[in-house]
Amino acid sequence: MKKGFKAVLSIALAAAMMFGMTACGGGGGGDEGSAEAGKVLNVWCWNDEFQTRFNDYYPEVAEVAEDGSTTTLKDGTVVNWIIEPNEGNNYQTKLDEALLAQESADADSKVDMFLVEADYARKYTNSDATMKVADLPGVLDATADQYDYTKEVVSDADGNVKGVSWQACPGLIAYRRSIAKEVLGTDDPEAVQEALADWDKFAETAQKMSDAGYKMLSGYDDTFRPFYNNDAAPFVEDGKTLNIDKNIMDWVAMTKDYTDKGWNNKTSLWSAEWSADQGKDAKVFCIPACTWEIDFTLTGNADPDGTQDPEKSAWGDYAVCVGPVSWCWGGTWITAATGTDNADLIADIMIKMTTDSEILNKIAVEKGDFVNSKSVIADLAANYEGNSFLGGQNHYALLSDSAAGLSLKIASPYDQGVIEKMQNAMKDYFDGNVDLDGAKANFETSIKEIYPEIETINWPE
Amino acid sequence: MLNKDKSKIKEISYAKWGYIFIAPFFIAFTIFQLIPLAQTIYYSFFEYYRSGLTIIGPTPVGLDNYKELFNSDFLKYAGNTVILWVAGFIPQIIISLLLAAWFTDVRLKIKGKQFFKVVIYMPNLIMASAFAMLFFALFSENGPVNASLVSMGILKTPFRFLASVKGTRGLVALMNFLMWFGNTTILLMAAVMGISPSLFEAAELDGCSPRQTFFRVTLPMIRPILVYVLITSMIGGLQMFDVPQILTNGKGSPDRTVTTLIMFLNNHLYSKNYGMAGAISVVLFIICAILCLLVYFNLNPTENDRKIKRRDRFKPRKEAING
Repeated sequence: MKKGFKAVLSIALAAAMMFGMTACGGGGGGDEGSAEAGKVLNVWCWNDEFQTRFNDYYPEVAEVAEDGSTTTLKDGTVVNWIIEPNEGNNYQTKLDEALLAQESADADSKVDMFLVEADYARKYTNSDATMKVADLPGVLDATADQYDYTKEVVSDADGNVKGVSWQACPGLIAYRRSIAKEVLGTDDPEAVQEALADWDKFAETAQKMSDAGYKMLSGYDDTFRPFYNNDAAPFVEDGKTLNIDKNIMDWVAMTKDYTDKGWNNKTSLWSAEWSADQGKDAKVFCIPACTWEIDFTLTGNADPDGTQDPEKSAWGDYAVCVGPVSWCWGGTWITAATGTDNADLIADIMIKMTTDSEILNKIAVEKGDFVNSKSVIADLAANYEGNSFLGGQNHYALLSDSAAGLSLKIASPYDQGVIEKMQNAMKDYFDGNVDLDGAKANFETSIKEIYPEIETINWPE
Repeated sequence: MLNKDKSKIKEISYAKWGYIFIAPFFIAFTIFQLIPLAQTIYYSFFEYYRSGLTIIGPTPVGLDNYKELFNSDFLKYAGNTVILWVAGFIPQIIISLLLAAWFTDVRLKIKGKQFFKVVIYMPNLIMASAFAMLFFALFSENGPVNASLVSMGILKTPFRFLASVKGTRGLVALMNFLMWFGNTTILLMAAVMGISPSLFEAAELDGCSPRQTFFRVTLPMIRPILVYVLITSMIGGLQMFDVPQILTNGKGSPDRTVTTLIMFLNNHLYSKNYGMAGAISVVLFIICAILCLLVYFNLNPTENDRKIKRRDRFKPRKEAING
């Protein structure tokens, strides 16, 4: 008895020694939850935007787990949400690993569906990792009413559509009505549009804001997308050369000028200060935003307590206009991973979530999202009574024309890394820590670190 | 019969069990440390990374990775690492020595020693990343530190700590100092308490001032522990990663002046660039080894000391014999 106990104890100690050695190597893993009833659908995404939409609007949803990590459907299928933050190419790196292991993974741990952004959509749609939408029953026919650019950007070299999106993303300028009234004398979107019609007028208005004690913009990166989206060519076309467009340098020059004049609040995208600048007490006039940002970003930052009360928050104090240029900021596409065992379910999700006009109409009215259906938008442009967050404005009427002309031709698989590193490097320049050449050199260093295949970087002029 | 028994007794080898019980450690060490170590060195001579979903390589490229490494900003990051470490280590060792001397001084009779020991050790119990997040929030532009500095009238506008080189480096150094001075104090206290009290009594009888006692008795006696503290802190400093990584959100900004060597290594791992990352690791390993040897032989001349002392001890006797 005693001997046996000793042996057990010794083995346990020896084992403990082994675990002590290996404990640091662990990590990762996590989704061991096996399916008891029905199947498992593994969905990869980088934030909870689609997850919320899915839980709120997909008709087959039966139950959402308390911690939000899974959603159970009516037929017992468990939807497993694997959320990896985007920043620093983190989402792509983790997703790549999972996709490379796709063949050897067992059915319940394979990636079934993953979401992509325009900044790197082409990386996946040009590979075999994504399924052709045509191979998913019924999806391609249902997408006839969607905006063309949302299909363009997720098409492979042979023109096969590889993903679908429930939103189109025309860019806009969201501004504070109260500040507009005080400084410009009116908060009418058409009059404000006049004052922001091109970058020269934009600067004039910025001067007025500055004189009145307000900042035109919150931060450095706010105006990046309007410039970038109008680039002449993609950043990387041959996989080896990175060409910086003149537009990007215009953004740099303009932002440096605004910073030196004190027209912005020196914040960075997504930082806590940037979010605070959209709140009720903020002294910032406008923010170039995108339609998805209205619900995903603006409402939360303008009204952190969710009161929807104009007295206590900036709810209702916002309005939107088109601004100096027309542009768009990505969007989110749903793609089916090659090797999935749930193709029928994915097809159903795609059809319901991105083409069903009833669901899309509900999303638009309740969330203010610019949904990906020409007919739903046309209907809303004529009949929508207005968004209460935007003080009753019908932004669909305003944006329905520009949405038709959107393009993401300049999207390349490298954009996320390039844009992030560009904004990081230029921040040092705006802050006055380095000169422009120093910032350029830092940018080149960062690019060669994350994309070793890029051999040359060409700057304009 | 007797023979058989004898041979049986001979066969019982307790050494076998010793080997069996230490085997798990060596198996785990080989699988999880030794093989990866060898692989790191091996792949540092290859071009091996991922471009999108395609794996490039491994193709042998000789010393190209090392050439590229030394043509890059490697030295700048090495400099950053040293600056960050020194800026944290100097206050750390001074405060720790001071506290250790005070806490162990029999004449001071500080009350609540145990309490202070616990308190100064506390910051070390927090995870470095959580600590960095805390500082990120505390010292942000809208954070409580700026708010109180402005409301006290010390600053007119909030100071953007993380947008200034000195501010960011200062915060990293401050965090490392706060996290490690308690640990160092306790080590040094143990060292001071290990000195024979008779030495202090003798010093006192000879009329040493407290300062003389500290510099002439305490410091020389705790030198081995000081060397230990210096070496471990130096290795820790070279591997500095989590605090600056989390504080600057992985950017090492501003102007890459807070990018440490391990952050540089981590940057290459985003593209799974095993070749370059391997090369950096190997160079780091060599630097680490050289530094440790240098410090060890310069600051810890115990072997030589002993020899000299022995010689001194024998000398008079020899003379006595000769005489």
